[in-house]
Amino acid sequence: MTAATYEGTAAAPPAWRNLLRWETGLVVVLVAVLLYGQQSSANFFTTTNIFFIGLNMGEIAIMALPLTLIVIVGEIDLSVASMLGLSSTMMGYFYAHHWPIALCMLGVLAIGLAGGALNGWLVTGLGLPSIAVTIGTLALYRGLAEIFLKDQSVSWASVKLTHIGTKPVSGTELSWATLIFLVLALVYGVVLHATAVGRSMYAIGLQSEAARFAGIRVKRIKFQLFVLSGLVCSFAGILWTLRFATSRYDAGTGLELNVVAIVLFGGVSIFGGKGSIFGVLLAVVIFGCLQTALTLQNVDAQVQNVVTGGLLLLSVIIPSGAEAWRRLKTRLGTRT
Amino acid sequence: MTVLADRPAAAVPRVGRGQALLRARELGICLAIILVFGLTTLKNSGFAGVLSVEQLLTGSALIALLAVGETMVIVTRNVDLSVGSVLGLSAYLVGDFFKHNPHAPILLGFVIGIGIGALVGAVNGVVTTFFRVPSLVVTLAALYIVRGILAVIVNGRRIESDSIPDAFQKIGYENVPGIDRLPWLAVLVIVVVAIAAYTMKSFRWARDIYAIGSNPEAAALAGLPVARRVFTAFVISGALAGLGGALFLAEFATVDNTGGTGYELLVVSAVVVGGVAIFGGSGTAFGAALGAVLLNMINQALGALGVSSFWTNAVAGGLLLLAIAFDRWVGLRVARSLRTGRGAPA
Amino acid sequence: MTTAPDPIDSAEPTSAAPLLELVQAAKSFGAVKALEDGSVTLYAGEAHALLGENGAGKSTLVKILAGVHQPDAGQLLLDGQPVTFSGPSASRAAGISIIYQEPTLFPDLTVAENIFVGRQPLKGGRRVNPDEMNRRAREVFARLGVFIEPSRPARGLSVADQQIVEIAKAIAFDARVIVMDEPTAALTLVEVDRLFEVARTLCAEGAAVLFISHRLEEVFALCQRATIMRDGRFVRTALVADLTIDNIIRSMVGRDLASLFPKTETEPGETLLDVEHLTREGVFYDVSFSVRRGEIVALAGLVGAGRTEVASAIFGIDRRDAGTVRVNGVELPNGSPRAAMAAGVALVPEDRRQQGLVMDMAIDHNIALASLASLQEYGLIRRVREQVLAADWATRLQLKYGRVRNTVSTLSGGNQQKVVLAKWLARRPQILIIDEPTRGIDVGTKAEVHRLLDELVGQGMGILMISSELPEVLGMADRVLVIREGRLVAEIARADADEDSIMRAATGQLAVTPA
Repeated sequence: MTAATYEGTAAAPPAWRNLLRWETGLVVVLVAVLLYGQQSSANFFTTTNIFFIGLNMGEIAIMALPLTLIVIVGEIDLSVASMLGLSSTMMGYFYAHHWPIALCMLGVLAIGLAGGALNGWLVTGLGLPSIAVTIGTLALYRGLAEIFLKDQSVSWASVKLTHIGTKPVSGTELSWATLIFLVLALVYGVVLHATAVGRSMYAIGLQSEAARFAGIRVKRIKFQLFVLSGLVCSFAGILWTLRFATSRYDAGTGLELNVVAIVLFGGVSIFGGKGSIFGVLLAVVIFGCLQTALTLQNVDAQVQNVVTGGLLLLSVIIPSGAEAWRRLKTRLGTRT
Repeated sequence: MTVLADRPAAAVPRVGRGQALLRARELGICLAIILVFGLTTLKNSGFAGVLSVEQLLTGSALIALLAVGETMVIVTRNVDLSVGSVLGLSAYLVGDFFKHNPHAPILLGFVIGIGIGALVGAVNGVVTTFFRVPSLVVTLAALYIVRGILAVIVNGRRIESDSIPDAFQKIGYENVPGIDRLPWLAVLVIVVVAIAAYTMKSFRWARDIYAIGSNPEAAALAGLPVARRVFTAFVISGALAGLGGALFLAEFATVDNTGGTGYELLVVSAVVVGGVAIFGGSGTAFGAALGAVLLNMINQALGALGVSSFWTNAVAGGLLLLAIAFDRWVGLRVARSLRTGRGAPA
Repeated sequence: MTTAPDPIDSAEPTSAAPLLELVQAAKSFGAVKALEDGSVTLYAGEAHALLGENGAGKSTLVKILAGVHQPDAGQLLLDGQPVTFSGPSASRAAGISIIYQEPTLFPDLTVAENIFVGRQPLKGGRRVNPDEMNRRAREVFARLGVFIEPSRPARGLSVADQQIVEIAKAIAFDARVIVMDEPTAALTLVEVDRLFEVARTLCAEGAAVLFISHRLEEVFALCQRATIMRDGRFVRTALVADLTIDNIIRSMVGRDLASLFPKTETEPGETLLDVEHLTREGVFYDVSFSVRRGEIVALAGLVGAGRTEVASAIFGIDRRDAGTVRVNGVELPNGSPRAAMAAGVALVPEDRRQQGLVMDMAIDHNIALASLASLQEYGLIRRVREQVLAADWATRLQLKYGRVRNTVSTLSGGNQQKVVLAKWLARRPQILIIDEPTRGIDVGTKAEVHRLLDELVGQGMGILMISSELPEVLGMADRVLVIREGRLVAEIARADADEDSIMRAATGQLAVTPA
């Protein structure tokens, strides 16, 4: 991570207690948001609305999962939204060149793999900070998208598959994206919380050197996570394209804010080593409901970003708040 | 474990070739600029005629200005992603001020712009240093919060050029009398760059900034006021972005809520290309400004080569990656030569 | 110059008021009591040794004087007046200079800037005056009799040069109290002599020097009085002239040496670990030795001689440039800790907090961290097995803890070391490489760790032990290998090993035929 490292702090209470408190807090926030939603519109609790919440959040939520793991191992990926945009663009580009749809998708996933591998190699192979690397690829991937499609757009309106992006899974009120997210969240949850590799991720995030001395292949795991992130983001790009039935280079511009905000608001520590998939799941629901409630109240998208940015700030400030307050008191104390 | 361990502990007091390379960064960028110019001219002999020095200077002025502030922040091992949004906010508010006070002195416009920027920078700095949270997250949030606040203020309107005083606009397009091809805008930015470069070399507090980025723990042990210096760096970065907003208004004369969108990427890229270490502790304002010129030069060259104008982001991102990869490569070579250079002990 | 008292007269010179007095300072970090009774009294003009084993609380005491830590209890008196330091700058302003054990340099700044950081000489307009700064830096180096170009960047300085810059930092200003926390660990004998001359001059000018070193002969050479600490507590202050190496060690250890180093004679078996021509460019060269079943081989040498690096290369943390490592005759691949672990090698590293443990992880998770593969069923970790494993080893090593779910940062240093040992012993290794086995732990636990090592070799394990504590090396090792400047210079059998023979080989004072 960035930032000056400061003197280590005194022993913290056990991690699980922190987490429990954070997630309890999230449940309270969720109830509050639901109440606000109900106030904002009578339509809030209708099945259609719930369907749309899932639809709107789908790609963001899916991208938040690999990012959760990346932040837990102490890295960051800011290129997620650009990868989504590049994928959507390339899908349109391939389609415009008369590739069969299946091939378009495979090609896009391959690009995701390659993009993730580039991030991963720069971070683990060359040992560069992931912040700098993914700021670079944030610009690069979006820039490549711009080069390929310029200011044109490719329409997918005539393609039947776009139903995946707009219609619920037959017999349910869930969007396909929601269903995929839930399945993925389950898989990620099991991997993170119940397997050796998941445990290794926490160890890497808390003390990567100690992890290496325990025989954990730190670089390999980090590399794989970046590749996974690239792959999942390109998949999100496919979903995005099908949902809007159009490919444009600026698809999903700025979504990295939402994805990062969800992960950190879900209780994943920006310093690595702490967080749970359950917390991120709660954060997804909260953000989805809040966003929909604000939209129902006709709040402009850019103004919604103020809320998102504010929540992002809160999620890093609150965990350090007590410590900062203690420091302030000792400083004022020694002055008098 | 010594503090210098990750830049391996070492041996002979001998400067490696790689280190000399790093020091010659400014020279290298100048060469790159000339190289790009030369190659493009080879391909398209008209380039020399098409390329306007004014365009190069005005085109890179704003990015160079923001890059100076960003340099200070990155030298402390932090990053400021909010500069583009701050520029947009300042540009609109200064425009709005002139709209309501058409006869106000133009200097006041700059003061307001700088003040707004410094305010946002102060907030970034306080949150980062008081809560000790990564500036990446703080300024990423600020990027969107500031832009959102701007959207609320603007509310769909825009400031048109007829509400901006002529004298103010002239700064954006008029050349210095007597000197061809030297716009006022560029002069202003060059002055700022020169002041910043001199300050960062010569004043104690600025040297503290380098020390902090070079080894934060040692800086704390040496009793340097780490938080205060980091805070100052953020305020300066914000203030320069605010000044950039005023200049943006002078240059383009009309402004809505999108001014400066995406600038943060170009600025960070220019800074890193200009030789400011992403790990903090080294780099100069002069190098960062040259980085901005190089970025602009490449984009103009691509234009002259008939490549579309859609390359800006890709060039910025690609060059940023190349620059950090190159710096790392040189760093590893230096470390390696230091390790093995000691030779077998007698 | 004021009339400095002659501190050699008595242990408690009463002729003048003390310059600095630390009275019963205490400091805890979470559950770890780093310092319980830190007391030391310094008079102007004296060189005062602070002695104690690793973990006795010396570094914490130094950091209290430096203003880095604020004591939880106790008092600091300067010229008889109580003072509190809110931070390092306050301590510095009060005239206290610290030479830290680990150099705290700024690699991107020049050597001169490193010396004067925050206090650069100024010229008109409050600008830094680089010429004056370089000139004064040259002066300081002249006093030290070493020359380092002041205008070169600090990056790339050798460890010894870094230490010299660190010393220059402390003496560039008129400090009244100079604390030297193991300043000589990386220096050659000539450089040490120069440093002592400077220290004597400073004392003659009325400053007080607090000197910390593991080399007792240096203490005898430089200091007039000595304060001995043990387990975070003040033991006694005495005139150095009244002390002998033996009674210093007894005071530091606090018990009979024989009980601290329970050593059973064993008959070594077949070769387990065979290292041949191991080389890492610029770090160590052509190191060859073997470790047999049932023996403890000690790797001795000065700090920075390359001992830890040899261990890292054997375990695969660092890559080797040449040479082979064989375990039971099978060569280990280069740079793979996993392969080393699979072959039955375990490494307990020197830096417990960074390398040995994940401090913010639960005790049971830490113990299980190297054994996760064996705790899985259908790819999932079985929590029950994990807890059984952790509880089992916690009992065997008599770990004192609250809950097994607490983080290891809540444990004392000794118990933390037991967790590291548990983590590795749970894998049932054949070869245990243990780097500074008892650094920073209390004497009681030290004896326990030594007893454990003795038991383990009795069960047929081979142990490679790196230690800077000579009593530990002498007390526990069957053979002593000495490394100097990256080369293996001596192999000394248990019967022939004593403090003198090891130090001579480690410092190169005597030509010893290489093993």
